[in-house]
Amino acid sequence: MISGVFGKKSLPLVVLFLVGLIFLPYAAPRFYIYLASVILVTGLLATSLNLVLGYGGLYQFHHAVFYGIGAYTTALMLTKTSLPTWVAFASAPVAAAFFGLLIGLICARLSSLHFGMLQISLGSLIWAIVYRWYDFTGGDDGIHGIPVPEAMSATTSSYYFILAITTLCLLLMFIIIKSPFGRILQALRDNPERCEAIGVNITRHRIIAMVIAALFAGAAGSLFVILEGSVFPELLSWTLSLEILIMCLLGGWFTFFGPMLGACLIISMRTFAGNYTEYWTLILGLMMMLTIFFLPKGVFGFINQLFSSKAPDLPLEESSHVAD
Amino acid sequence: MELFTGLSFSVLCIQILVGLSKATILFIVASGLTLILGVLRIPNLAHGSLYMIGAFTTYSIATAFSQSSLGFWIALLLAPLIVALIGLIMEQGLFRFLYNRDHLMMLLFTFSFTLVFGDLVKLLWGSDYRSLAVPEIFQGSYSLLGMPFPRYNLFLLLLGPVFAAGLWFLTNRTILGKISRAAAVDREMVGAVGINVNRIYAAVFVLGCYLAGVGGALVAPTQNISQGMDHSIIIEIFLIVIIGGLGNVWGALLGAVIFGLTDAIGILVAPQFGIIFPYLAVITVLIFRPKGLLKSIW
Repeated sequence: MISGVFGKKSLPLVVLFLVGLIFLPYAAPRFYIYLASVILVTGLLATSLNLVLGYGGLYQFHHAVFYGIGAYTTALMLTKTSLPTWVAFASAPVAAAFFGLLIGLICARLSSLHFGMLQISLGSLIWAIVYRWYDFTGGDDGIHGIPVPEAMSATTSSYYFILAITTLCLLLMFIIIKSPFGRILQALRDNPERCEAIGVNITRHRIIAMVIAALFAGAAGSLFVILEGSVFPELLSWTLSLEILIMCLLGGWFTFFGPMLGACLIISMRTFAGNYTEYWTLILGLMMMLTIFFLPKGVFGFINQLFSSKAPDLPLEESSHVAD
Repeated sequence: MELFTGLSFSVLCIQILVGLSKATILFIVASGLTLILGVLRIPNLAHGSLYMIGAFTTYSIATAFSQSSLGFWIALLLAPLIVALIGLIMEQGLFRFLYNRDHLMMLLFTFSFTLVFGDLVKLLWGSDYRSLAVPEIFQGSYSLLGMPFPRYNLFLLLLGPVFAAGLWFLTNRTILGKISRAAAVDREMVGAVGINVNRIYAAVFVLGCYLAGVGGALVAPTQNISQGMDHSIIIEIFLIVIIGGLGNVWGALLGAVIFGLTDAIGILVAPQFGIIFPYLAVITVLIFRPKGLLKSIW
């Protein structure tokens, strides 16, 4: 089944890469293992955003909210309740998906920029509540020293846990994108009017897509808790939402692994440039401008174009995705 | 007269006035954003950065002329012009080539400007915060209903209507305003009748940036001028623009008043959660009128 899903060309590459990641802890020092974990978690978040952004054509401007909700759910369950650990981790995606449903129900009837704006305001409300509710969420200090089980929190074991969950989530997302539902989603992006004419319920599909994306973002949020052992309101901030948008753009948002590549590029550059200069965001900003000018489809999109290989997920017409 | 425990009528009145004077600054900055959004269709995230640059430039100019009592006024005159010049360079140098891209690309492009500007401000002014004294003639406060009301806030309150009237005149009574409103509705048609649309776009963009600079200059004496003031204002003015109706200057005024008032009253009612009230108001408006209170130009 999997070979049918991945296609002949990319499957060997993906498997090779995965094997490389599995053996990484034997070859690399601890810092690089940690860095790889950060990239995997952020990449999972960016990929879940791309599900609605690149494939669904929705202006999901405030996706980090779901990530933050997932992280806070796990953190609050671990610190304030005595439920088993797996419940704390399982409830994160559920809570995020619930909020995805809620925000989706309010936003989905709008289109393009209005959709994004309403989402920003709803997301900012959630951020403001988390930022100020000291008794419950710890306010702007966040929650530190979350009791993550010892077996999970050590660098190598947390890496393997994150790798396993991320791989599982990516596989699920890939299957969703290749499923009939995913195809309808892409059709909705390319031509909503025609889809409606042949009887597709646009609003319902968009809401379902948002719920799915929020679910995976929540999973990424709970992985963040394993990695860092703390949560803070910046996880729900608009700046983070824009950063993951940049990752999608840089890697290429009509490709499946684009956001992961974007996360990898940005996080590793931030880590290494941070050693030399404190003006890292200046470099990032200039890099973004160059990308938008010269590589509007991102690195993967550019590679696809270069080898003129068939890229089945690209929108049909350049402008149709844009139309209001 | 006690409305709630500890909340008297006069406190409420003063708080409303303070809220309105904050709304003035929000309106001036948001009207710039809404002009750019309405005519050029750029969701300009760099607007907050331009506002921050305006505030820092005001600080520098005012301290350079600190021996003269006119320091702040010279800064109020010059700083927005510098910001407008930056806007002109941005528009003519870069944005001009990207008008056919979609909103998302433009949003990310302007976001990369906020990253660059944020670091440039850090490079030029350092990462400490600055503060600027209120100009001499507005120091002190008036007594209103037995409560002190800062003179500078009264100045801001009076300035709001002036700017609203000026913008109304500009958009409704001048050639530039009429053409730019036409260009907002149908760019190609305006070009077809022989008007240089690129120049109109540049003019509107520069005007919008100028307004951001004015907002930054006016806010400089009232709060700490710091890194990060770009992030806090950009989300507020975006919400103001969206509840007012995209591209509608009167909508920006209405939105700013709603935002300023709910913020000021929210702090009185529930000090800890004061920050939440404006967002709640925005969401209430958007649930009932998802495209904003007034007619959007789009």
